[in-house]
Amino acid sequence: MGYVGSSVKRVEDPRFIQGKASYVGNIIMPGMVHLAIKRSPYAHAKIKKINTKKAKALPGVVAVFTGQDLLDGGCGPLPCGWNVPDIKTPTRYALTVDKARHVGDGVAVVVAEDPYIAADAVELIDVSYQPLDVVIDARKTTELEAPLVHDDISENTSYEWALGDKAVCDKAFEEADHIVELDLTNQRLIPNAMEPRACVAQWTDTTEEMIVWTASQNPQLIRLLLSAYTLLIPEHRLRVISPDVGGGFGSKIFHYPEEVITPWVSRAVNRPAKWVATRSEASITDSQGRDHITVARMALKKDGEITGLHVSTWANMGAYLSTLAPLIPTALYITLLAGLYRMKGIWGEMWGTLTNTVPVDAYRGAGRPEASYLLERLVDIAAHELSIDPVEIRVKNFIGKDEFPYQTPLAFEYDSGDYHALFEKATSLADYAKMRTDQTDARDNGRLVGIGISGCIEASGPAPSAVAGSLGFALGLWESGVVRVHPTGKVTVLTGSHSHGQGHETTFAQIVADELGVPMTDIEVVHGDSGRIPFGMGTYGSRSASVGGSALVKSAEKIRAKLIKIAAHQLEAAEEDMVYDRAEGKVYVKGSPDKSKPFAELAFASYTAHNLPEGLDPGLEEISFYDPANFTFPNSAHIVQIEIDPETGEVELQRYVAVDDVGNVINPMIVEGQIQGGIAQGVGQALWEQGVYDESGQLLTGSLMEYALPRAASFPKFEIGRIETPSPHNPLGVKGAGEMGTIASTVAVANAVMDALAPLNIRHLDMPLTPDKIWSAMQKVGEAKTAKVEYFGGE
Amino acid sequence: MTMPVSITVNGTETSHEVEPRLLLVHYLRDVIGLTGTNVGCDTSQCGSCTVLIDGLAVKSCTVLAVQGDGSDITTIEGLAKNGELHPIQQAFWDNHGLQCGFCTPGMIITATEILKKNKKATEQDVRHGLEGNICRCTGYENIVKSIVAAQSVAPAKKAGKAKKGTA
Ligand code: FES
Ligand code: FES
Repeated sequence: MGYVGSSVKRVEDPRFIQGKASYVGNIIMPGMVHLAIKRSPYAHAKIKKINTKKAKALPGVVAVFTGQDLLDGGCGPLPCGWNVPDIKTPTRYALTVDKARHVGDGVAVVVAEDPYIAADAVELIDVSYQPLDVVIDARKTTELEAPLVHDDISENTSYEWALGDKAVCDKAFEEADHIVELDLTNQRLIPNAMEPRACVAQWTDTTEEMIVWTASQNPQLIRLLLSAYTLLIPEHRLRVISPDVGGGFGSKIFHYPEEVITPWVSRAVNRPAKWVATRSEASITDSQGRDHITVARMALKKDGEITGLHVSTWANMGAYLSTLAPLIPTALYITLLAGLYRMKGIWGEMWGTLTNTVPVDAYRGAGRPEASYLLERLVDIAAHELSIDPVEIRVKNFIGKDEFPYQTPLAFEYDSGDYHALFEKATSLADYAKMRTDQTDARDNGRLVGIGISGCIEASGPAPSAVAGSLGFALGLWESGVVRVHPTGKVTVLTGSHSHGQGHETTFAQIVADELGVPMTDIEVVHGDSGRIPFGMGTYGSRSASVGGSALVKSAEKIRAKLIKIAAHQLEAAEEDMVYDRAEGKVYVKGSPDKSKPFAELAFASYTAHNLPEGLDPGLEEISFYDPANFTFPNSAHIVQIEIDPETGEVELQRYVAVDDVGNVINPMIVEGQIQGGIAQGVGQALWEQGVYDESGQLLTGSLMEYALPRAASFPKFEIGRIETPSPHNPLGVKGAGEMGTIASTVAVANAVMDALAPLNIRHLDMPLTPDKIWSAMQKVGEAKTAKVEYFGGE
Repeated sequence: MTMPVSITVNGTETSHEVEPRLLLVHYLRDVIGLTGTNVGCDTSQCGSCTVLIDGLAVKSCTVLAVQGDGSDITTIEGLAKNGELHPIQQAFWDNHGLQCGFCTPGMIITATEILKKNKKATEQDVRHGLEGNICRCTGYENIVKSIVAAQSVAPAKKAGKAKKGTA
């Protein structure tokens, strides 16, 4: 029908633009109780005594439970699902029992008739704490005097991981003409999806069934963990629903304490129960992102050939291991350190350390922005030090388009790409040469104009299940898809993927409409309800189109095959003579298009079962579990222009040019929206965002007053282009589109700022590049306006 | 202690006894069940909760229900008339002005005020007019595009039937 490839307007939009969405926080049920959680104000403290008497006495309070109550009531610890070799996993309970290990660690829960009363009662709980020393910095965790976050994990080191060929790497450095060294911090971020997390649970005593509504990116995964680890209600009596979810960006992948507490309370008091996070609560309980301390070196030849890279990283895991935490700084970080480049001598090593901070896990990009940031900063500094244009040095080192599939020295095999064409398109869209001449003119006038480049790659669409297993995942990473054709020819599509803004109800309908030759209006996509969909893995890692979409293609193929059988039988022709006409939605006999059966008639025939080929089952419904053969490898060239106000140090983003290769595109409008949103989040990290803990472990950026999210006026209009090198290993030829913008934009903007400051000989500043930080650095080097230094690319 | 309030919401009069501390946004969501207005923060930063009070865009998390006594409020549910989308709603749909949709009610309500104050709002006017509204999904580009485009949307298109969620 030709839907795939066109910017079909989203079918889900009418409910959102009219205020009729079904977010978890909107659920109201008769008899519902409301939960509020008492949280530790200390980053590290022994819990000596909890007195709940006054809280329980407050009118309207139904019950108060502590961590011990949950433990006695059968709650198991929250598991970590990604176990690298020799990992030491700390025990984590939904409400902590012995110690609070970060500000916000839950201690008790109040159950009340109304949320205001619940909040009042929380204040009446009296906890006596014995404050302990804290450790915040990922690298200081191993120092002798550092306190232990968990008594049974020595040196606060949960795991270590390394990849690469050390000998080849060492040799590259021995033979290098030039070595670039860089110490950097990739700061802590707070994801801040606009919908705060929420959970509602309804226990039915008579049937012993539990329904849990949770704002999650993967309800089926949550159901499994609830069932097997934390709540221990058998899966067939447990239904988990994630209806409309207001953004996730990774932070809603994980199994959170409140998903255990809310259903447990519902069962304990035998009433529906509801918990909704406040924003401030989200800031101290949602898993956070990034937080790496890294020491890196790059080896080069004097002509700019990159030959080696040596990276050591301390990754801050926070106080506990969140559900997928160990994956992020290992298999999604070190494996990506080759970038778009041919270099062989790479060695990456890391330590995952525990601190008295909120747990860290995947946040949009997850490991890949950290890899891109350090790699592309090093390349830029190298270009500067070797007086080579930053575009030129990158192009010189690119993997060629004929070298795919390309085996990197870091386990991954890149599927497809054309990095030269990518950069050609970006530099011509930006008119890069003119940008540089204009920059020279601006500099001559004392202006601090900077141009930033990034060339990035990511691994998306996780993942071949066996590979995921070998890297530490306790599950598989396939996806499920059902195509259910009803007797009248209308279609319900069930997917294990989950949409929390990505528009699957539209794109998946586009895919199936084209596969079957039916109008999109005849298709409904269902996701997010374990009571309706088959087991599936959910949405993260930019996997929905390539893995979830491919599962639907497979199911549609099976539907077509069955319809061909039925049509052949009824038209008395051989199966191999039948043609499935996807444009018209009918099956006809090759050479005689008038001998045909329309889709709806065949669907009906499959259900009446009056005249089916012998041995063929009635009905028309197919399921597929698609396990991808590889990741997909989207890539990007971003070019940014900024100007710094020398009086204030403030950065103005003047141009943003982005060319991405996300393979084939199902809906260009939606893909462009993903890129735009991704860019904004990445720019947020470069310029404004940072989760700041003081030395006592207090989060100083615990609300939107202190944590600076980008606003509409922060951005110019984005200039967006695209090239398409289809992924050869999935039937749609798609690659991930959800994270590329974020992965590429952080370092592009950071490079632009440092380019602007290069005439002042400021080599590197850690993000976020706030006015204060830039201004202070400028003061150190003296008068900005008069400084002039020769710099690359300016002729 | 409770106090009586009477508030006209989307043309319908509502009267309830409420606690004096009840926020207007909770009155709308929990007392009268209009959950289209969202709560995204607790410091009046995000604008998800924006409604029109006597024609002015106000963050309903910063107002007590009792302060709204006697006022006339329009929420996102009250914008479409007779099954026809408001031109700004239509423009958000046409221009992919939303992803997860959580900020969208607040954005659309704020946009009505931006366009009321400025008959020929430019891209820059709109960007500055949205300073009290946060979107984490879209990067704002298509929100800005939608609002600028709304100025030329004829206000007479059929509303799409709201598809219910998967709950
Ligand atoms: S909820 Fe009102 S401004 Fe955020
Ligand atoms: S569309 Fe998700 S926050 Fe704006």
